[in-house]
Amino acid sequence: MAMYIVRRLIAGFFVVLGASFIVYILVSNAGDPLEKAFGIQDPVARQQAITTLTNTLNLDVNPVLRYFLWLKGVAGCAIGQCDFGISLTTNQPVADDLVGRILITLKLVLAASVLAVMIGIAIGIITALRQYSGFDYTVTFFTFLFFSLPVFFVAVLLKEFVAIQFNDFLVSGAYIPWWFIWLVTIIAFSVGYSLIGGSQPRRLLFGGAGALIVFGIVYYMSVTQWLLDPGLGPIVIALAGLGIALGVTELSAGIKNKKALNTALTTAAVGLALWYPLQFLFYEGMSLLLLLALAAVALAVGAGIGYLWGGDDRALSARTGALTALVMSSVIFLDRSMQAWNAYSSDSAIRGRPIKTIGDSQAGLEGDFWIHSVDLFTHLLLPTIALILISLASYTRYTRASMLEVLNQDYIRTARAKGLTERTVIMRHAFRNALIPLATIVAFDIGQLLGGAVITETVFQWDAMGRLFQQGLLNNDPNPVMAFFLVVAVIAVLFNIIADLLYAVLDPRIRVGST
Amino acid sequence: MTTPGIPDLQHTPGDELVPDTDEATLEQKETVGLSQAQIVRRRFFRHKGAMISLIVLLAVLVLSVTSIGIGPIPGWWQWTPYDRPLPQNPRGEPTLNLPIFGGDGFAIGDHPMGQDETGRDLFAAIMRGIQNTMVVIIVLAILSTTLGVVVGAVSGYFGGWWDAVLMRLTDIIIIIPVILITAVAGYALGASGVLTVAIVMGLFLWVGLARLVRAEFLALREREFVDAARVAGASSARIIFKHILPNSVGVIVVNMTLLLGAGILTEVALSFLGFGIRPPDISLGSLISQYSGALTTRPWLFVWPGVFIIIIVLCIQFIGDGLRDAFDPRQKRIPKQKDLKEAEVDIPADGQS
Repeated sequence: MAMYIVRRLIAGFFVVLGASFIVYILVSNAGDPLEKAFGIQDPVARQQAITTLTNTLNLDVNPVLRYFLWLKGVAGCAIGQCDFGISLTTNQPVADDLVGRILITLKLVLAASVLAVMIGIAIGIITALRQYSGFDYTVTFFTFLFFSLPVFFVAVLLKEFVAIQFNDFLVSGAYIPWWFIWLVTIIAFSVGYSLIGGSQPRRLLFGGAGALIVFGIVYYMSVTQWLLDPGLGPIVIALAGLGIALGVTELSAGIKNKKALNTALTTAAVGLALWYPLQFLFYEGMSLLLLLALAAVALAVGAGIGYLWGGDDRALSARTGALTALVMSSVIFLDRSMQAWNAYSSDSAIRGRPIKTIGDSQAGLEGDFWIHSVDLFTHLLLPTIALILISLASYTRYTRASMLEVLNQDYIRTARAKGLTERTVIMRHAFRNALIPLATIVAFDIGQLLGGAVITETVFQWDAMGRLFQQGLLNNDPNPVMAFFLVVAVIAVLFNIIADLLYAVLDPRIRVGST
Repeated sequence: MTTPGIPDLQHTPGDELVPDTDEATLEQKETVGLSQAQIVRRRFFRHKGAMISLIVLLAVLVLSVTSIGIGPIPGWWQWTPYDRPLPQNPRGEPTLNLPIFGGDGFAIGDHPMGQDETGRDLFAAIMRGIQNTMVVIIVLAILSTTLGVVVGAVSGYFGGWWDAVLMRLTDIIIIIPVILITAVAGYALGASGVLTVAIVMGLFLWVGLARLVRAEFLALREREFVDAARVAGASSARIIFKHILPNSVGVIVVNMTLLLGAGILTEVALSFLGFGIRPPDISLGSLISQYSGALTTRPWLFVWPGVFIIIIVLCIQFIGDGLRDAFDPRQKRIPKQKDLKEAEVDIPADGQS
């Protein structure tokens, strides 16, 4: 295995080297960096500008040799002295703010990818289980439609109809119009009706119950102007905890597994009990590191509760507990972030229009960790929706196809024949194997998504990696373009290696060392 | 044991023949006596979404070609994208009038999709954009598919050094995001017309297809029919083109449609960023880019080009879906209740004859 990883890394290194050479030659032919200097009227100043540019960019050297000069600077990264050259637009070394830009772009891409993968897998599995149903056809149509949308087109529509109109709606008092309430209710009914299998009355019952609950929630939100100052409070958290416990148990172990159910319920109760004391901790001061530490503690506590309840399968109970704890802590996090919403929204820098159409953070915003995480959320919202809509399609289709493929295998028939419950067959036997091809696709997509960030960043005016590339290419400025390319290529190669390793871990039939 | 659907010739008359009318029976009954191509064609024609999409796509193509004409040949539409007639309505609002939009009666008018602030007829501009999109489709379909199939076939069939060199080449190209490589290459080659942009895209978009074709060839070359052909003295070229390629045509066709959909979106994105088709020529992407600030003042300028991009890509998606279903031998159609009943009546009758 170690041999294999080393070999792949070496191969990847040469691939990046070859690709960077090709791109460097192309970029050096893409435009003349001296173009602007030639436009200067005064002959002395023009000559001076040309000489300066020629010196900083080594323009007197043949592009092939210049590549090696550039490579020498980049190789400095190995000893901690990166040199990606000078950017003409800022006159600063490109390496200066590179890390900051990478982090901003990753923020954009990661949030969207994680959500798109999760939603896509869930929808894909449901459509595979309900193949050729009305739900399946509807989802297929919409995924095709979303895939056909150019991201810059969606972005402009989102800015107008989601951000600006939602902000107007908040300013005008956050009373939800009746047509919207009815629309959401009808959607809830149709989703509930088509998701549940079984007889007609049963489906009507579930659809109706779902519609009623959704109607109640949306109506309550309208009447109390909840969106102006949202929050969950202990009662909603308690109800959510019960739902989470039941849902997680049903998916991971089956509701009949008493030990697992007890684990989930205990974990949810612990979470609820900790809600109040946690508020003081949150108030005292919060950071990303502390948040991650708390999440880790929650996972450990959940797993511990599961281990203590034990049962026939301790590991199963522990997993159930950990999963419940994770979801429960997200609810508590959500609740705390909501409490910061009103303060954020009425901040002098925001002026009651919280959903942002451009940029990655609000300048001049002061506040604690919570204010800033709400700020991050309001800026991420639109680009994330746009990216999810577009990448959702492929994940849904791939999951559906791979799930259908697996469901037709003999071992699934065997599993059913030996009397396993449908839940076990789908979650344990089918789902895991259906995920294997997806691991490859997801890892591969990360590279393409980073490339696609060029468009997203342009329309939402984020100043990060994509901007570096686009501005660089438009202004005949080679070094930022190369920096962008190098980062994307290295990440793409690394994720490709990760994909192959994942493949080997998930599917024991594939032996990576054998070739 | 009676093979489902195919009448058992060995059975003695009078045996009770229990008709096995499951889905497989129906499928077999429908495909009896048909060649592979006929079966595929039949399945494709039965796919409603794909057929509707094919018709819509052809209609859009015909509309764009006949309305403003190609090159020197004029079309039937009164404006060209380069005319600047005076605004018909204040602000150049669309003259298209449909009862469903709240108008009274149907009217197309002089500028059905409106005009921009310089008076340009948006319909003519969009038709020009669609023509360019169609050029992209055709060039990609020819260039990328040929490159992908040839590279995939050579490296899959010959293996060894060929495989190593060609696959390292695809490795190098595949890690560079498509948008980046086409933007840089297009800029480097001075591409501003549609043909150069399309060719540049075609030169870099084939890698995914090449990998799939290679995998297909690796599997097929070990099959008995290839051994048989080789023993019979067939040349490598003959084996590749006559024996293996027809068997992998499903993979190629389906992925070609996916590639086309992605290719169109790449072209509009490039033009949006300013790296693709540049003025004075028109791309649907550059129209959107040009008018994206006009959503609140002149929404038609922004919406119509987007609608046509969506229609074209959506149609290609559905055609690809139909082709995938048609080429997939395991694909099963859910029989309607009526078909099952008919089959139940038919099968014993067949058995007797």
